[in-house]
Amino acid sequence: MADDSAKHLEVALVAAERTVWQGQARIVIARTTDGDVGILPGHAPLLGLLQGGTVQVRTVDDEYFVAAAPDGFISVANDRVSILAENAEMGHDIDLEEARRELDQAMAAGLDDADADEVRLAEARVRAAEQTS
Amino acid sequence: MPANLRELRDRKASVSTIKKLTRAMELIAASRIVKAQQRAQAAGPYARELTRAVSAVATFSNVDHPLTTEKENPRRAAVLLITSDRGQAGAYSANVIREGERLNQLLREDEKQIVPFISGRKGIAYYTFRQREVAQSWSGDSDNPSFARAREIADALIEAFLTPTEEGGVDEIHIVFTRFVSMLTQRADVIRLLPLEVVEGEEAPAADDVLPLYEFEPSAEEVLDGLLPKYVASRIHFCMLQAAASELANRQRAMKSATDNAQDLIEKLTRDLNQARQAQITQEISEIVGGASALADANAGSE
Repeated sequence: MADDSAKHLEVALVAAERTVWQGQARIVIARTTDGDVGILPGHAPLLGLLQGGTVQVRTVDDEYFVAAAPDGFISVANDRVSILAENAEMGHDIDLEEARRELDQAMAAGLDDADADEVRLAEARVRAAEQTS
Repeated sequence: MPANLRELRDRKASVSTIKKLTRAMELIAASRIVKAQQRAQAAGPYARELTRAVSAVATFSNVDHPLTTEKENPRRAAVLLITSDRGQAGAYSANVIREGERLNQLLREDEKQIVPFISGRKGIAYYTFRQREVAQSWSGDSDNPSFARAREIADALIEAFLTPTEEGGVDEIHIVFTRFVSMLTQRADVIRLLPLEVVEGEEAPAADDVLPLYEFEPSAEEVLDGLLPKYVASRIHFCMLQAAASELANRQRAMKSATDNAQDLIEKLTRDLNQARQAQITQEISEIVGGASALADANAGSE
């Protein structure tokens, strides 16, 4: 078991008001402002801002899921990965149709830049839902 | 005295209704405290991770950020006062407002100008009644604060902080709120929010806990830029959650004593009522007896 523990990541996906998901994973793929990073066990400590709003995780049980994490950031240290985003959500919890509708609304309302946050949030949710299905 | 009797009966009925009411409010407050505490706990991981990340950046880079820089010669201070929306919570709002006044006094002695920001209807009413100017106020969800609301407040405060003093900005920001120490103790408290003092005394890293050398993506400055506003929002959210739990605990206590008082009053009224009824019966009997003996006397005289 001691060997085993060195080969996985402890992942926590945390939203402002709750912990969305917590568990062990083989790989976490996140898109930071500099591009995609894949994080495997033994990764160097990292702090990065997320862009694009989705995070992909493959768990130790070979399950694969996508989560929406708009405007979040990722921190990696000692095989612990924390993904923090105010509105983090699991991809399979999102209703794709509804998310698309919200995106359209946000786009329509957010032609001026003030609502850009909402557009980004809606985009991230749509993307996460699409990649899940 | 039938009028007195009816009066007492009416009063007893109305006190009983009040008792039912306060009892219901007590129970509601009690059940909501549990929820409020759970919410505070659920928000814990986010705040913890954020604090860890912010102190990591602060420790491993020599970046100066506007939000962490002390301004020379601060002249304008913003005070965020977190009060409740509703009353029926004992001295809760009064206490936190008094603490706010104390802070205002202190700041005024330092010759700083005060810019009040207020959350909660009670605080707003206190300020508008005294016709004081309020920079910005929020109300409507004091017993169940959402993160979105904390974010809104944080955005407003950060904007004020980043505006130059000459153009109406502020040099420092304080929060006055009620800390939830335990179910029995809640204390009005003041913390300075900005400029940030990043290294928190609460979670000093242990000596053997070697902090890792971080890579930053894209750069330390930009990461800090992204993190600090979130950190501020998380701190405000923490204060609001504490305040909400305190408000509910205060309300529960206030309603409990109101219920007890109503019970005492009911007991007293019941005794008064019985006494009045008994007095009335005694009077009626003595009237009957008096009447009967008068009749008997009259009959005896005529025979």
